[in-house]
Amino acid sequence: MTFHITVDGRPVPVVPGQTIGAALHAAGVRSWRTTRFGGRPRGLFCGIGVCFDCLISVNGRAPERACLLEAEPGDEVTTA
Amino acid sequence: MTHDRVTYDLVVVGGGPAGVAGALTAALAGLRVALVDTGTRLGGQYFRHAAEPKPAPGLARFLRQGRALAARADVLLGHQVWNVSREPDGGLTVHCLTRRPAGERAVELRARRLLIATGAHDRPLPFPGWDLPGVLTAGGAQALLKGGGVLAGRRVVVSGTGPFLLPAAAGLAAAGARVLGVYEANGGLGLARHPLLALGKAGEAAGYTATLARHRVPYLTRRAVIAAHGEREVEAVTLARLDRDWNVLSSRVVACDTVAVGYGFVPQIELGTQLGCRTRADVDGSPVIDVDAAQRTSVPGVWAAGEPAGVGGWRLAELEGRIAGRAIAADHRADHRADQRADHHTGHPADPPPVFARRRERWRAFGAALQRAYPVKPGWQGWLRDDTLVCRCEEVPLARVREAQAMGATDARAVKLLARPGMGWCQGRICGYAVSCLAGEPPQEPRRPVAQPVTLGALASLTHPQTPATPQDPGDDPAH
Repeated sequence: MTFHITVDGRPVPVVPGQTIGAALHAAGVRSWRTTRFGGRPRGLFCGIGVCFDCLISVNGRAPERACLLEAEPGDEVTTA
Repeated sequence: MTHDRVTYDLVVVGGGPAGVAGALTAALAGLRVALVDTGTRLGGQYFRHAAEPKPAPGLARFLRQGRALAARADVLLGHQVWNVSREPDGGLTVHCLTRRPAGERAVELRARRLLIATGAHDRPLPFPGWDLPGVLTAGGAQALLKGGGVLAGRRVVVSGTGPFLLPAAAGLAAAGARVLGVYEANGGLGLARHPLLALGKAGEAAGYTATLARHRVPYLTRRAVIAAHGEREVEAVTLARLDRDWNVLSSRVVACDTVAVGYGFVPQIELGTQLGCRTRADVDGSPVIDVDAAQRTSVPGVWAAGEPAGVGGWRLAELEGRIAGRAIAADHRADHRADQRADHHTGHPADPPPVFARRRERWRAFGAALQRAYPVKPGWQGWLRDDTLVCRCEEVPLARVREAQAMGATDARAVKLLARPGMGWCQGRICGYAVSCLAGEPPQEPRRPVAQPVTLGALASLTHPQTPATPQDPGDDPAH
């Protein structure tokens, strides 16, 4: 009973209860933003809401922590 | 119901073993209790579990406690506490943010008492390439696995120091990752004489050891990952043999796609320091909240349990939560009696029963012994290059920290003001320990006016906390 979210328009499967970060990792997407100064790729690091490396924009909202945000059917995720 | 109007006898921050035990104990004693946690399920880090939980030691019991609590208290999941303030009437206001049901909004809880059970997070050390995707904290790799059933990677190297590397590696190996090795920077005793065994946790350690052996995962001491390499992701690491101070003796490069690192834990104490709770240095020098025999802090009405009161693992955390819950219930009864008699309440601390106190001493001794067995040694500073990021958020390389020191910054605070490490999103949670070490001083108490970054929209909604669901302005920046 998986559902899908879209990542840059591409469908990514989600097991109910998974966070956006876990779903992306499972799909082999391990970075989804770049840093302000060095343009360095970033994804999950602490995985528990402390480091803010995994910020991501969902449904056009301001960036949130992918490791905390439970994925919901139809979520549209944009990577940088 | 609206949570804005009631005054709780107790608000607990943190839904791990300490918080749930404390909240349940108080709720069973008849107190009106709310428990707040960031996560979408109770569990904290140790009892993190998927929507369909897999069996794990102690988990079934914890889940029963959680269900019992939910029947007797308000359990507010998906709520982040960013501040606790003292009101003129002596009560406390717990300021939370939640993004449900629609968009971020502020929620305020009124409380007569507070239990800080906020746990701890991994303590990483910087090394060249530690910001590459594919480098995760050991706790992050565990969280992916426990919470979402997701493997952090296929070819994984586990490195750092401390007993937590064992369950992290065993979990990954059992779930199908090829774990190339556990590289423990400290001590030369090896698994057969691992301190977990010596300290009477034979069952637990034996389980991990057996799993590692079954999957042919080597456990090697005086070794560590000192660099990660790759373009967009980790493709290889430099593994080094270390002397007892962690200076590099020799090294080799090994291909892998994932690194899980951890050098102990950082207790999350900022709610306590915001309220002015006295702190003390834990065994490893890190500040923790000072508590008395009843887990009471130096600030009236505020208790602490679990890692914020000293790192010691989930059993100690649960016990401290129960002790705090009993003391809080006693405090509530004393207040009630004082009200009825309209006389002055002197507030005797409710000491725990001797059997609890003895058990707590044993677990604390165990935690202290582990911290002494797995210290962080200064040689890691030699792994850094000039361009190695010390602060990931503000992208501050070592060279800029050294430059600040050359300009006269003699302590971590001055380094932070000049070079900006710890001034970004995470507010120094990740790099604070490293910056203190580089500045040559013990780890500093957090000075954070807010425990979580808050959007201006959410702050604005505070003046009308009852207003439902104010969607935030997407252009808002976090306030620091």
